[in-house]
Amino acid sequence: MTRWLVQAVLWPFRRLQAGRRAIRHQTLLKVGLFIVISFILMAIICGPQGRGRYGRIPGVPPYNPEKSYPEFPRLAPPSAAHWMGTDHLQRDVFSRVIAGGWAPIVVAFASIAIALSVGSLIGWISGYIGGWPDRALSLTMDAIYSFPSMILAIALVAVIGTGITPMIAAISFVYVPTYFRITRAEVLKVREQTFVEAARAVGVSGTRLLLRHIAPNTVNAIMAVSSFNIADAILTEAALSFLGYGLPPPAPDWGFDIQNGQRFLQAGYWWLITFPGLMILTLSLGFGLIGEGISDLVNPKRRRKKIG
Amino acid sequence: MGLARYIVQRFVLTIPMVFILLSVVFLVLRLMPGDPVLAMLGGRNVSPELIEKKRHEMGLDKPLGVQYVEYLGGILHGDFGKSSRTGKPVLYELFSRLPATVELAVWGMFFAALFGLPTGILAATRADRPLDHTVRVFHIGSFALPIFWVGLMLQVIFGVKLGWFPVAGRLAGRYAFTFDRITGFYVLDAIIHRDGALLLDVLKHLVLPAVTLGLAQTGLLGRITRAAMLEVLDADYVTTARSKGLKERAVVMKHALKNALIPIVTVLGLQFAILMGGAVLTETVFSWPGIAGFLVRSLDSRDWWALQGTIAFIGIFIATINLVVDILYSFIDPRVRY
Repeated sequence: MTRWLVQAVLWPFRRLQAGRRAIRHQTLLKVGLFIVISFILMAIICGPQGRGRYGRIPGVPPYNPEKSYPEFPRLAPPSAAHWMGTDHLQRDVFSRVIAGGWAPIVVAFASIAIALSVGSLIGWISGYIGGWPDRALSLTMDAIYSFPSMILAIALVAVIGTGITPMIAAISFVYVPTYFRITRAEVLKVREQTFVEAARAVGVSGTRLLLRHIAPNTVNAIMAVSSFNIADAILTEAALSFLGYGLPPPAPDWGFDIQNGQRFLQAGYWWLITFPGLMILTLSLGFGLIGEGISDLVNPKRRRKKIG
Repeated sequence: MGLARYIVQRFVLTIPMVFILLSVVFLVLRLMPGDPVLAMLGGRNVSPELIEKKRHEMGLDKPLGVQYVEYLGGILHGDFGKSSRTGKPVLYELFSRLPATVELAVWGMFFAALFGLPTGILAATRADRPLDHTVRVFHIGSFALPIFWVGLMLQVIFGVKLGWFPVAGRLAGRYAFTFDRITGFYVLDAIIHRDGALLLDVLKHLVLPAVTLGLAQTGLLGRITRAAMLEVLDADYVTTARSKGLKERAVVMKHALKNALIPIVTVLGLQFAILMGGAVLTETVFSWPGIAGFLVRSLDSRDWWALQGTIAFIGIFIATINLVVDILYSFIDPRVRY
């Protein structure tokens, strides 16, 4: 079991290594990786270090993102001193923007990891067992899947509460059916193939068959989808925090900062909402590009089409 | 004969779907950590007596099974509970807001098609050339758009800075008291009233929210269009049309596009669920008086029955839309037989 788990973790890397030649021409994947890695570094460097303190390197972020500085102008447009201007509480927007990245990244990664584990596990088992439990589970998952995920996430967070953990719980719940559907469909496809039949003929046990022979074959499909889902989860996190269900107020969080900026929009203070939004867009785009790159790599269909 | 049977069959299948959806909504809202009564009273320093009283009022002190039966029975009778914020039945609130949401969604789809179809066709006809890759990146970018932010940016640029479009509501204030609501779809109402100025005003209010909603859908639609077009452009009848000496433009727009439209239209219909999700944020940002906006305001005021009722309503609504799309599919594509 442990060995299998290690294999599963190493699998994508091995896959990427095997396709190194292919990666050379994967501009999308490379750009996506560059964006995501930069954002993760930024989150690590500028993220919170204990209560109310931010940043591992002195001077980055230039000011404390939570603190109001009486000497700063109120709602000043971007300038040399404040690259992205200041907000209504005399805080430095640039500091808030670069320090606010960790929440979306943590929430997106954690929730997709949970959804992936739970969803695929149920999917594998359900698809393998078949019969009425499978039918009941499929119907339930389809019902959840057909519901707008954004609305479901908002409703869940409203019940559970605000903050990082409720957001992770809500977003992971919403994505479980996605992974259930993918893995179940793959299991049904793989189950009938000759190599599974051969393994069964040799007398391989049910659990071993599921873990060693069927499950690894579904990883391909999961990989590409997860990256797209992380991109989507970042948007959902941003939306939740925009609606006020994110981090508690003084903490920098892009979605919530945009909500704050909305009040000053009529007066034309564009910088309060523009920069946090661009960060959300870029980060989500990064994951989208990675997903696109991965599906190019593992999906030879598209390439075959190119030749033909 | 076959079609009628299929419709009945499909309808029967929708019932357990809706039933499960309602059950999931119920269970999730009840079993999740977090107390609706505490959430409603909005603080932890509330006296236990008040909590008990409120709980009894809301029927939350009954056993879960009883609550469940009452909840399902209520929905069967069209009783979605009463909004504690407005004091009116939730169903009434929802139906009075439905036209606003549907109108927004329809125009959102219109703009999604306006941006998505041409770019998808363009990408397919220039497959694997620089233009195709550029369009592809734009389509991925469309997935990555935070929809509330897009709405706000459009407000800043076209509403505040340029002053071209209003940024909130469905109507200018001067019509607020004289406007005679007939269908609730304001564009239709304006046409019925034969009032050009009113129609212009309604359309002006629609542009920014609809573009916001449409932009986020552009990527999906564009990609499906590209894939469907590529499939069709390989077909024999396209080769035939080309070898007849038809202009490339005619081949693409007449022979290929017509056939590619079938999968596109299907997806357009099934996209409705995603569109509803986007509508929540769009309606919030643009103070649009629709269902989704109602949901968010119910959350803000901890209006528990409104929340539960709205979610159940949206679930039923989407199941119905999917059913209708499925049935319409057989009319669009005469080859589909049941």
